[in-house]
Amino acid sequence: MGLSVMRCMAVMAALVFIIGMTLTGTAAVPVQKNLILATTTSTQDSGLLDVLIPVFEKKTGYFVKTISVGSGQAMAMGQKGEADVLLVHSPDAEKKFIADGFGVYRLLVMHNDFIVLGSPADPAAIKSAKTTPEAFKRIAAAGGLFLSRGDNSGTHSKEKGIWKAAGVNPVGQKWYQETGLGMGQTLNVANEKNGYTFADRGTYMALKKNLSLNILKEGDPILLNIYHVIGVNPVKWPKVNKLGAKTFSDFMVSAEVQGIIKTFGVEKYGGALFFPDAGKREEDLGK
Amino acid sequence: MDLILEGIKKAFSLIFTLDAEVLGITLLSLKVSGLATLISLFIGISVGTAVALTRFPGRQFVVSLINTGMGLPPVVVGLFVTIFLWRNGPLGFLEILYTPTAIILAQAVIATPIVTGITLAAIQHLPANLRLQILALGATRFQMVWILVKEAHLPLLAAVMAGFGGVISEVGASIMVGGNIKGYSRVLTTATVMETSRGNFDVAIALGIILMLLSFLVNALLTQIQQRERPR
Repeated sequence: MGLSVMRCMAVMAALVFIIGMTLTGTAAVPVQKNLILATTTSTQDSGLLDVLIPVFEKKTGYFVKTISVGSGQAMAMGQKGEADVLLVHSPDAEKKFIADGFGVYRLLVMHNDFIVLGSPADPAAIKSAKTTPEAFKRIAAAGGLFLSRGDNSGTHSKEKGIWKAAGVNPVGQKWYQETGLGMGQTLNVANEKNGYTFADRGTYMALKKNLSLNILKEGDPILLNIYHVIGVNPVKWPKVNKLGAKTFSDFMVSAEVQGIIKTFGVEKYGGALFFPDAGKREEDLGK
Repeated sequence: MDLILEGIKKAFSLIFTLDAEVLGITLLSLKVSGLATLISLFIGISVGTAVALTRFPGRQFVVSLINTGMGLPPVVVGLFVTIFLWRNGPLGFLEILYTPTAIILAQAVIATPIVTGITLAAIQHLPANLRLQILALGATRFQMVWILVKEAHLPLLAAVMAGFGGVISEVGASIMVGGNIKGYSRVLTTATVMETSRGNFDVAIALGIILMLLSFLVNALLTQIQQRERPR
């Protein structure tokens, strides 16, 4: 009996040892080579970063740790100095982030747009609404089920802004549900529940094949979705990889990357998911 | 239904074509959870045996703590480990946040109370006289403990299975402290979550099937050792 315990331990140890030999993932990398990129779920869920990051790593030798969270959490990480560079889409919060001294620069990278989705039946008849706030008013009036991200992400901030413009406070209403999940999962929930939801076009296009939701509102200037890259302030947080952040930011606005963004998704989804904007002025977008 | 069939097909095609990325993710899961379980065995069996064999004031309270720890929510562990490992946090100097090492650490924290609790129950469940008998036969204290541990090997193997099962299937802590970084700290559970949110349900199902297969293989191996009992 004693033997079997020993044997079991030996087998376990051998197993772990063998596996340990086959992988060297835990090897230490020089500190300054590590770069923490905090970003929104849409850049990851759409697959854009899976294309861009390997190009960047190969070119510069940096090792990028992409932490995909909502824009709100990404900026919170930046505020605490727990990220080096941010790729986010929550312009008002970003401006505050810079004004408060947490970020040192903010460069325009790309845009796409937000859309309002719902079941083809459109019970609140928002399709005929002139503006997006008007559409939101109709959802509230009809009590149509609305699925919100509810996670302080860029998309959620934008959605809250539109409710404000519509003069409706949806929080706590029976027809307003907050998933607290990423864009992809929230789209799936809305799809299952036949509800309305607010999404970025990139994630929607990447997931379209599984969804029976229709685009009910689009093209309104208020629906512009703008992505910036922000360098975290190394003066506030000395451990921030200042050089790595700058290298990555320059990379994102380089002609090469802007070219990749332009064609990303065209083949797979039949249309571009993002539109490159480096060097443009934010105010000029959507005109 | 079609989707599930598609997922199963995808799983087999990923396994049989030895898809490099999936293979890497699977091996990393096995490595991370295997090491975490080993660490938890080391600590859990020692602490569990010690608590089972000693009497001290507040012992009841300690045992309650251990038993509560058996149900420690992985996300809570993930949150605390993340905060400790932040580069500006108390353990920031280690620089292991968003690495596989951080996942091993978090999973060891999750598995240790499970192993400790089962060990404690197993050792305490042995006949009380056995201890006296062993000592009477002239065993040293260390030999006595070793014999007791060997005597309790059936439930202790159950502890290994429970600990490993708890961490290989855990996603909350892994995604928080590991960051789900492609080709580096992505394990089967975090990859499944990501593929689901990307709407790649077939891949997600395939990863789920691979996870269950892996779990089954490890448990089958342990069960074989556990049940290989000589007739008395």
